[in-house]
Amino acid sequence: MADKGGAHGKDPEEKVPLAQAFFDNIFLLLVLGIVVPTVFYTIWGLFEIASIPLAK
Amino acid sequence: MEAVYRTCAQTGLKVHNHAERLIRANAVAGVVSILFGGIAAVLVLLTRWPAVHLLDPASFYRALTFHGINMLIFWIIFFEIAVLYFAGPIVLGSRLAWPRIGWVSFVLMVAGTLLINIAILQGKADVMFTSYAPMQAASYFYLGWILFAVGALVAVCNFFASLVVAKAERTYTGSIPLVTFGAATAGIIAVVTLAHGAIIYIPTWLWSLGIIEKIDPGIYRLIWWGLGHSSQQINVTAMVSIWYLLATLTVGATPINEKVCRSAFLLYILFINLASAHHLLVDPQLSPAWKIWNTSYGMYLAVLASMIHGMTVPASVEVAQRKKGLTKGLFEWLAKAPWGNPGFAALALSLSLFGFIGGITGVTFGAEQINIISHNTLRITGHFHATVVAGTTIAFMGLTYYVVPLIFRRHLISTKLATAQIYLFGIGMTIFIGGMTTAGSYAIPRRHWDVQFATSLFQPPVEAAAFAFLGIMGVGGLFALAGGALYVLITVGSVLFGRRVPDTPGAVPLAAMPQDKGQHVPIKGTTVLVLVFLASFIIYYFLNWKWLAAIWIVK
Amino acid sequence: MSLQTLQGVWWKKVDASEKMWIGIALVWCLILFAMMPLWHLKGGQNPSFETYRTTPEQFLKKVEAFVAAGPKAGEEKGLPVIAPDPKTEVYMLGRLWQWYPTLKLKKGETYRLHLSSMDLVHGFSLFPLNLNFMVLPGYEYVLTITPTTTGEVFVVCNEFCGIGHHQMVGKITVE
Repeated sequence: MADKGGAHGKDPEEKVPLAQAFFDNIFLLLVLGIVVPTVFYTIWGLFEIASIPLAK
Repeated sequence: MEAVYRTCAQTGLKVHNHAERLIRANAVAGVVSILFGGIAAVLVLLTRWPAVHLLDPASFYRALTFHGINMLIFWIIFFEIAVLYFAGPIVLGSRLAWPRIGWVSFVLMVAGTLLINIAILQGKADVMFTSYAPMQAASYFYLGWILFAVGALVAVCNFFASLVVAKAERTYTGSIPLVTFGAATAGIIAVVTLAHGAIIYIPTWLWSLGIIEKIDPGIYRLIWWGLGHSSQQINVTAMVSIWYLLATLTVGATPINEKVCRSAFLLYILFINLASAHHLLVDPQLSPAWKIWNTSYGMYLAVLASMIHGMTVPASVEVAQRKKGLTKGLFEWLAKAPWGNPGFAALALSLSLFGFIGGITGVTFGAEQINIISHNTLRITGHFHATVVAGTTIAFMGLTYYVVPLIFRRHLISTKLATAQIYLFGIGMTIFIGGMTTAGSYAIPRRHWDVQFATSLFQPPVEAAAFAFLGIMGVGGLFALAGGALYVLITVGSVLFGRRVPDTPGAVPLAAMPQDKGQHVPIKGTTVLVLVFLASFIIYYFLNWKWLAAIWIVK
Repeated sequence: MSLQTLQGVWWKKVDASEKMWIGIALVWCLILFAMMPLWHLKGGQNPSFETYRTTPEQFLKKVEAFVAAGPKAGEEKGLPVIAPDPKTEVYMLGRLWQWYPTLKLKKGETYRLHLSSMDLVHGFSLFPLNLNFMVLPGYEYVLTITPTTTGEVFVVCNEFCGIGHHQMVGKITVE
């Protein structure tokens, strides 16, 4: 099944659009998938907890 | 290690023997876990049902802890690892990159499972699924979590390594199939999840050993939910991939537009993990800005992704069916779908219950302010039984009925029974979820032994309606439990006693792919369905704002 | 089909019917997002972010000072009933397995309610009103509340806090 292919795209020689190449690069996606939640959720969250003022 | 392959007579796929054995091992561990979790579910259900109120408090909290971890972590993640080993090496006709490490990771996960379950059963870890510090369990409970998380992380890495191997050894050309892409998305989400698990459980383990003095409860909740909620996002993603797979296997569907489907998966990769914030919306330690941005998955872009999948999956079924000549009216394609096939029944139930109940309640309760009238009530448990059980678990059950003939190479003992099992489970869960979620609207707390408050300091009056809905929950739960037990029976029975599947093509019925004549096929039926979905969503969402406005003023 | 590798270019134009749904869904997502900031501006129920770092000892002192200052409106089940003046600082602590003290408030008046825990994580749930917040040890959470109904409401702990969790119910009376 894997090697038959060919249902989509009639001409395999067509130039692959940049967007498609991006989607084929799983490891780039992996890096983005780690960075985005780590920055927005984890690091931002830790920063907020660290800046809570002391009670009087 | 020399890679040994067989060629599957049914699918033509080249199957690496170690990948196949690891799929079997992980699937078996998953089914054993759902059996454990299911036994605990009986006890939890019969205690929560006020008319029965079976267990004493200590046993109830123990059973609830056991139920949560076995279902939400062990059942789901073992099964997902099996899905990864299928979607990577087998779909791509490649070998598993590191067979020995595959077994090491499996052993680590099993060891973690055993340590955790033993700790709970010994009464050394009555701390719930979340084990919020500074509540403390025996140190080997935390060690179990670490072993399990590391084992699962290694398994996910093995999957990614197999993608590299397949590409390097040119077992395929072009772009990976959509099912593999979806599985890779689940894998990426799993890396984030399991890393958070390791980050929080290593210090917590050291704390339980007395090496670290203190764990901050606010930080614990932040990082822990990076594990606890994200692990359920792995499920969502794996489930969606399985929808595409089941659509292909049951009606011969082809994704209607790869660009649309893959872009939706990309939105999951980028944004879905932010929603761990759903659990922290009424916590003291985070600001409204952080809460709004994260709870909304970055402006609801992961919700957009789910709404896209919710359209593209039924649309692909509609297109395939119409190409086969089922073109009458809006819904002939749906009416004449293979409803007697357990795989299709599972696809239809999983998709509609996940969308209409799990999705709508999840987004609504996850609005920062609406969470004030939902947090820690049975509304939340009702919601996630609709996603993880009615959604993910039914999808996994439907897939199991293909895994048994294709991977274990045994016929099901009865296909009719398997189909009945899916409906019984789905209908039971729907009743259960309806009762539970509505009882939660009366402020009935989750994780609570006695909602009649017989032994508490004050006895708050509980509305009769709340008890009625808890009764409905109890009845639905019994049906669902019967369906769950039947699933384990059919699966184990077929693997042990099912007729062997001969190596002749066609021995396992798989849907034929319809002829592609390049014609444009309308998706009118699907368009109507998604608009009905949107209307339900809008109504439920704004009703909740109305309910919220009726409580005290708080800011 | 979803199990097949793709050859050539699959990055293709999207059909009109699909585009329409994606457009509608995107608009709905933006409405969902806008509702939360909007409710902060116009709505009456919003999670507070007035939070301070504290310790159980420090918070206990404040609660004891609050109870001592009164005015005390009797005692119920061994717990003092405090009827604080409107617009003042009001304190309540959660501990295994009790909310302390109980309160008597006035409808339509606004109070600054300080919450913290002496030990484990607790859940502050007004029952059957259904208003829920988390109470963490080490964090002093200040909610500015205005009761809009009269009668008795109960403070049910809705985060698991050990074997006596289900006994942990406190009380607020509104006149």
